[in-house]
Amino acid sequence: MNILVCVKRVPDSSENEIRLNRAGNDIDTDDLVYAVNEWDNYAVEEAIQIVDKVGGSVTVVSVGTEENEEILRREMAMGAESGVLLSDPLFEDADGRKLAAILSAYIDKNKFDLVLCGAQADEGGAQVGGMLAAMQDKPFASLVNMIEVLDEKKLKIGREIEGGSQEISEIELPCVLSIQTGINEPRYVSIRGIRKVASVEIPTLGASDIGFTDTPLRLQKLEYFQPELGAGAEMLEGSDEEMADKLVALLQAKGGIK
Amino acid sequence: MSFELSKEQLMIQKMARDFARKELAPLAAERDEKHLYPADSLKKMGELGLLGMLVSEKYGGEDMGTVSYALALSEIAAACASTAVIMSVHNSICCGSIEKFGTEEQKQEFLVPMTAGEIIGAFALTEPEAGSDAQAIECSAAKQGDHYLINGTKRFITSGKNGGVTILLARTKPEGSDAITAFLITPDMPGFKVDKVEDKMGQCASDTVDLVFTDCKVPVSRVLGEEGKGFTVAMSGLDAGRIGIASLSLGLAQAAMDEAVKYAKQRKQFGQPIANFQGLQWMLADMAIDIEAARLLVLNAAAMKDRGENCTMAASMAKCFASEMANRVTGHAVQIHGGYGYIKEYPVERFYRDARILTIYEGTNQIQRHVIARELLKKGK
Ligand SMILES: Cc1cc2nc3c(=O)[nH]c(=O)nc-3n(C[C@H](O)[C@H](O)[C@H](O)COP(=O)(O)OP(=O)(O)OC[C@H]3O[C@@H](n4cnc5c(N)ncnc54)[C@H](O)[C@@H]3O)c2cc1C
Repeated sequence: MNILVCVKRVPDSSENEIRLNRAGNDIDTDDLVYAVNEWDNYAVEEAIQIVDKVGGSVTVVSVGTEENEEILRREMAMGAESGVLLSDPLFEDADGRKLAAILSAYIDKNKFDLVLCGAQADEGGAQVGGMLAAMQDKPFASLVNMIEVLDEKKLKIGREIEGGSQEISEIELPCVLSIQTGINEPRYVSIRGIRKVASVEIPTLGASDIGFTDTPLRLQKLEYFQPELGAGAEMLEGSDEEMADKLVALLQAKGGIK
Repeated sequence: MSFELSKEQLMIQKMARDFARKELAPLAAERDEKHLYPADSLKKMGELGLLGMLVSEKYGGEDMGTVSYALALSEIAAACASTAVIMSVHNSICCGSIEKFGTEEQKQEFLVPMTAGEIIGAFALTEPEAGSDAQAIECSAAKQGDHYLINGTKRFITSGKNGGVTILLARTKPEGSDAITAFLITPDMPGFKVDKVEDKMGQCASDTVDLVFTDCKVPVSRVLGEEGKGFTVAMSGLDAGRIGIASLSLGLAQAAMDEAVKYAKQRKQFGQPIANFQGLQWMLADMAIDIEAARLLVLNAAAMKDRGENCTMAASMAKCFASEMANRVTGHAVQIHGGYGYIKEYPVERFYRDARILTIYEGTNQIQRHVIARELLKKGK
């Protein structure tokens, strides 16, 4: 099975304190440490496991600048066979729809049986997978937390439903799935994996290579801020124990606990 | 001199950081408190290639070079210094000398499982009456046909209890420059006993023990290198060992500074974050300078070693400076935390204790200065 996994480079929330930029319409991207989007990492792990079982190959693709090579290489060190960078000035500042259109143009020129995306990324839009499926006119399922290959034409998939129920469905290949964290336990990159990929060339394709024509943005970010604390909201501060003590005192004062 | 890390080195650094933060950091405080040996983590580290970093691929190693090794070890240390010292002794000294001096059979029997992380190596030189003066060791090995009878006590041996193989240095002749021989000891040998387990100030998740040998019968096939060449074996791992401890110091200090920065930004006094006070800003700046200087010394020594140059002086300088730096920086980090820095709930309390040994083991800093001065005077006319 030939699997494509779409991966995004995002600010690593464990490494950075996220601050607003001066214009107040986005986060400040100076000095941020980046990593692969957590959901995408699960998607890559799942793809590798599927190929380990039924054969085939895993390709990772990312839209961005040459700095994205770092995450492509990382996912290749995990076991993805090849990586592709889609990079072009036309691709900059893409919204979810445009990202899906770029990826769709790339997929048009290549044949994949299965396309995996993370369920969402740092911005929480969760748009790309669904839109990509629609543009490709392929079946789609979101928030997938289990995949079983039934045969060359069909997958059995599980989805976690709000409230903890589990739904099991069948889906025809080729299809697009968005992957939920927890579907597997992503492996760590090993030194051997790193050595294999550290100096491989990663092909870069631009708009003309994939036949992408620009589409106007339909969603434009205006403002970006952290809401003021409203009346009735209080942030507790201090060590864990201090905060716990304050919380208990508050709950007692309000009659929540006796 | 300038450093630009290669893609590969940067990836290894990141991979080690990722692993250390997710797998080691959450367990470090409990392992320290309960003196729990990080066996599970070491197993995983073996799978990732972190326990055979300097060994050739032929024996399951990664053949990565000392710079990559230093970067990885620093990341491990930033999460758990105890795990890092086990990693250092194992990689720098044990794997290194078995690869260099072991017979093919010994390499298959020990080195291959060591690089896979199935067995951890220990190195036993120090004795109750022989610390800095390593030539004074008394532990004896008397040859009797196809085996040696070993008698004596080794002290403060890292991984002596939980390791699977110990490189032992013992006296095969009363005196002379060819009086010491190295042996590969396994716990199954009759007459080998793990005695006192030390209760330490820091690095409590790694075991430091006395090993007692009472007519311990060791087959001739377990001599590492040649009889009488024990010191050559012991000295061969010194440079890598010192770079290892210097890297550990660097990682530990970096972690302490990161905690101090985080805390200073979040803790408020006099109506503002304490990071606003110049008194603390200057401490933080000093910490950053100290760490950066150590980083350059460590990477320089490692790069010299990778280029095959004599790095004895550079390795001693790195060890000496970085270990003292780690004591200063962890001390500052505690200070910046105020009273909370003295409380076990905050990691800087552990960092401070973990740092203290760094100027003592792997050759005290007095001995490092002796080495540096010796090299210096040798060069002058
Ligand atoms: C946690 C821990 C782990 C260890 N792990 C190992 C291990 O795995 N394997 C192993 O073999 N050993 C190990 N050691 C032992 C360690 O290497 C020794 O403690 C160290 O070499 C110092 O020896 P000593 O303690 O006998 O001190 P001494 O040699 O008695 O030194 C006491 C003081 O005198 C100073 N001094 C000694 N000689 C001179 C001199 N000529 N000039 C100036 N000053 C001098 C020293 O610097 C020191 O300040 C470990 C020790 C500890 C505490």
